[in-house]
Amino acid sequence: MMMCREATRLMSLKQDRALTFRESTALRFHLSMCGACRTCARQFDLLHKIGRHHPDIPRASNDKGDRHGSH
Amino acid sequence: MTSAKQSTEEHIAMLRPKLVAFARLQLRDSAAAEDTVQDTLVTALEKHQSFSGRSAFETWVFGILKNKILERFRHDRRYLSWQDDELSDEDSFENLFKENGRWQAASKPTPWGDPDQVLENAAFWRLLDTCLMVLPDNTAQVFTMRELMGLTTQEICEALTLSDANCWVILHRARLRLRACIEKGWLT
Repeated sequence: MMMCREATRLMSLKQDRALTFRESTALRFHLSMCGACRTCARQFDLLHKIGRHHPDIPRASNDKGDRHGSH
Repeated sequence: MTSAKQSTEEHIAMLRPKLVAFARLQLRDSAAAEDTVQDTLVTALEKHQSFSGRSAFETWVFGILKNKILERFRHDRRYLSWQDDELSDEDSFENLFKENGRWQAASKPTPWGDPDQVLENAAFWRLLDTCLMVLPDNTAQVFTMRELMGLTTQEICEALTLSDANCWVILHRARLRLRACIEKGWLT
């Protein structure tokens, strides 16, 4: 069974490319049971938004194009 | 025509500090950041396009800056030297996890509160800045290329001659370290 360390790897990967069906199922299963990893997943999501919200960067240039996993 | 040029110069003067801050986060070297911004502004003034609004202009100049930064990465050998342990997925990420793969009690993530409020809090951005500076150069670089410049992992790998797998390991490590660093500052 997948443990937290591997779960964080998939959470991170999800910000950079689409997970495979197997990966996303395994991750969802782990998250359903692990509160610490759910918190970590929300924090990775937040870190993924910094480009679009950074106070020094103009909004329109923060368009990230192909952003896997952000929706 | 003179007034159009004048307003471009005014825009640039206002934009400059933002460009330098952005370049500094990417290049982690004040002199290199100043150089790159200077180079960007020269290009912007040479092209001297007209824009319908300030935001379109800023976006255009930031686009030039991003390209200049990328060019610099491509040509700077410093960014190509990696320690083996930076690319390896084998260690336990500085003891964040126990041997069995579960979180160490001390490194278990704790909620930061409402994400929208966090993103509007100036303290968060200061903390992020500090935590990025604490990361090892190479790790921070890949992370900011991905999340601040908005490049795809493919574009990053190409610029830094890394494999996709290397990039993902580096990003995983960067995110774990950043979240730990931010949490430490956020909750204290």
